[in-house]
Amino acid sequence: MFEKKNLWWLLGAAVLAVFPLIVTNPADTSIAVFTLLFMACATSWNMFSGYSGYIALGSSVFYGCGAYTMALVSIHAHMAPGAAMFWLVPLAGLVAMLVALPIGWMALRVRRHTFVVITIAIFFIFQLAAINFNFTGGTSGLALPFIQWGFSYYNVPFYYVALGLVIFITFVSAGVRRSRFGLQLLAIRDDEDRALGLGVKVTAVKIAGFTMSAFTIGMAGAVYAMFVGQIYPQFVFDPVFDISVALMAFLGGLGTLAGPLLGALILESSQQYLTVSFSNGSLYLILFGSLFLIVIMFMPRGIVPFFTDRTKRSAALKVAEANNQLAGAGAGSAQS
Amino acid sequence: MNSTALLSAAKDGILTGSVYALMATGLTLIFGVMDIINVAQGILVILGAYLSYALQVHWHIDLFIGLLITIPAMFVVGIVIERLFLGRLKGPEKTAMSILVTYAVSLLIEGALNMIFSVNDVQLQGWYVNRAFAIGSVHFGYIYVAGFVLAVGLLSSLYFMLYRTRFGVSVRASLADQTSAALVGIDVKRVSTICFGIGVAVTAAGGMIYGATNSFNASTSYDLISRLLTIIVLGGMGSLGGAMLAGVGMVFIGDMVGVIWSPIWSSMSYFVVLAVVLLFRPQGLFGKQAVRVA
Amino acid sequence: MTTLLKAQGISRSFGGLKALNDCNLEVEKGSITGLIGPNGSGKTTLFNVITGYVKPDAGTVTFEDDDITGFEPDKVFARGIGRTFQLTRIFGRMTVLENMLVAIQHDEGWLKGLARSKSSKVEVDNAMEWLDFVGITRLAELDAGSLSYGQRKLLELAYVLVASPDVILLDEPAGGVNLTLINQIADKIRTLNAQGKTFLIVEHNMEFVMNLCDSVTVMNQGSNLVTGKPADVRSNPLVLDAYLGGDDDEEIEVVAHG
Repeated sequence: MFEKKNLWWLLGAAVLAVFPLIVTNPADTSIAVFTLLFMACATSWNMFSGYSGYIALGSSVFYGCGAYTMALVSIHAHMAPGAAMFWLVPLAGLVAMLVALPIGWMALRVRRHTFVVITIAIFFIFQLAAINFNFTGGTSGLALPFIQWGFSYYNVPFYYVALGLVIFITFVSAGVRRSRFGLQLLAIRDDEDRALGLGVKVTAVKIAGFTMSAFTIGMAGAVYAMFVGQIYPQFVFDPVFDISVALMAFLGGLGTLAGPLLGALILESSQQYLTVSFSNGSLYLILFGSLFLIVIMFMPRGIVPFFTDRTKRSAALKVAEANNQLAGAGAGSAQS
Repeated sequence: MNSTALLSAAKDGILTGSVYALMATGLTLIFGVMDIINVAQGILVILGAYLSYALQVHWHIDLFIGLLITIPAMFVVGIVIERLFLGRLKGPEKTAMSILVTYAVSLLIEGALNMIFSVNDVQLQGWYVNRAFAIGSVHFGYIYVAGFVLAVGLLSSLYFMLYRTRFGVSVRASLADQTSAALVGIDVKRVSTICFGIGVAVTAAGGMIYGATNSFNASTSYDLISRLLTIIVLGGMGSLGGAMLAGVGMVFIGDMVGVIWSPIWSSMSYFVVLAVVLLFRPQGLFGKQAVRVA
Repeated sequence: MTTLLKAQGISRSFGGLKALNDCNLEVEKGSITGLIGPNGSGKTTLFNVITGYVKPDAGTVTFEDDDITGFEPDKVFARGIGRTFQLTRIFGRMTVLENMLVAIQHDEGWLKGLARSKSSKVEVDNAMEWLDFVGITRLAELDAGSLSYGQRKLLELAYVLVASPDVILLDEPAGGVNLTLINQIADKIRTLNAQGKTFLIVEHNMEFVMNLCDSVTVMNQGSNLVTGKPADVRSNPLVLDAYLGGDDDEEIEVVAHG
């Protein structure tokens, strides 16, 4: 099974690597860039919310901060439009982390239910601030230095940068899962008080996880700003973004590694495709909402667990059978 | 600072706030009894408003008389949503799942409303909508006063139900502790369904008043739900009194900030107040301390 | 004999209900102390107050002469007081081994924790040793959520023991498990006690308590009623009265006739 899982990952990576060389239609590669950005965001979101169970619904705060950092720095530093602006991406991630720290400190001292709502409230504060403050350009937003890379070639560098983000966060997320820090997050998810009672430094772990997840989302926001060239507060601080990211992780499988990637892939590309095909926005909403409901009803834990559960269940059955045989034969140890 | 302006703002805060308090109480009741965060509450308010609109425009039914139809109708809508989508939610992820499910439902309703009514703004009409009477130099819009009376009336009925009826006892027990309530033989499922219905039914009244005092379309729901959520967190999730106090308080503060500084900041003041309160009291004004016991 | 753990004058109300009313308890170092009483007498609430899950309205909790009243659960734990729960609390979606690792690694700071892999050989060996002690080694790779109730109790015991607490509070360790397991648990407690660990046990199973404990405190209606050796307590008319007031018939049987 070990080899089989790795093969899938390699295959996926290979396909993604050569995609823009095969599919050259700018409309399609454009969708691909957005999809990759969401894949990165969903994975980063899942790294905290999926593992710890603290569903954060204000992550577009980080996205927006990243976007505004990219815009403000490139404008005020009078940067020449072009590849040099990519250097701002990690900076944007850092800014997002700095923003996440006080938010996390404030929001993580409460239980999950309240936490969700606090993240929503904070999101609205940021959106309103972006709309009302002068230096953020208000409702007319900000225009970044205009990158002139030629129409057919434009998408490609962004595609690979976005792909880089996806690879980066996937490795980080896998690493967290395998670390003892990851164990502590999972313990918090299952029974936070028990973990606290066993001496786990719960608040520090939560804040660390939350802040870490902000980094990549901030970077994605910066890439988006560069890609689109013009940012408006209601697009980078977007409540639909918050829900989409969470939904992608849920759809794919909360707490799994491949889940958010899969979920983002499916949802974002179909969302983009639907908005292009159905100029009627309302029909798209109905379809999206229905799809959502159907998935939640039939695969409540998400796509990936739906399939892995079957393999796990048969393995567990075998262990249980073996146990029963041992228990029957051996001196009475812990009987069920 | 003009004292009339201040008094006016205070009056606005209390009158309008009472309607928000009504809608927020419904939301917090749902959470308290079912551990469900009904993110669709915003769009349901709009649905209630559109229902009043349809009754008025097509059948010329007065807004207040129309409530006799819209309130039961929204109650049924609530029951249907709960039975169809929320009944199966259980387990540790119940609340998180409820957010996603109710959000999906809200998308559906939003899309449907857009298709039926178009995205153009509308506003409910009536002779009382734009008229006012004056006490001293302060003007009291008829519709606002009526809304206040309606909100107070409905909330009082809710309290009467809770404290004077047997059903109310079941609800209060479920609010306190669902497991214990089930253990003493309360049909928690039935209580939950009915409470969800009640929580949604109040949106009919709230929607009518909101729709008469604001122009709206389906996307107004986002602003609404963000305010309602803020209110219930501030008041303490699951606390009815908290929702009422926070509802009136938030709008009051928002209006005062609007008069004293500038209207731009009045929306933001909502969230700032929330942030400040939560710093000192993470569970909200009247919320329960996070349960830690086995 | 020194007093290790002391609760004095503890009072606590929930809504209108007075769960604890000026309750006192003393646990001698190296003893196995039992805490019994009819349902609703406040035993679990007292546990919760001692271990920090509930704050008392009045009274103090002292451990080794230090005041630990109102300490958060993790601070109480850090002092060397471990505790199990009546409704077992384990990490259901992690394996049994992972559950143990969380307990072993609790000191791990988050920054170092990121860099280090899930477990070192030393830690896994440590975990397996404890699992072996309680007898559930072969369940190590199973999801903790799939364990039976009895097995969960053993797991809880194991990971509470990991930090080598000085005193262990057991909340109904014999509840809901079969006879063989009860005897096993009693054996483990005796073994650990011989190594110097102090126990405070809440239990309804009278035989278990009477056979195991050095000293028994009886609670009734939120306050302590009688304290003494098991034999003395069982024949005390006040105790019989307390139980007759409720309807714990089985317990009356055992208390009255052994």
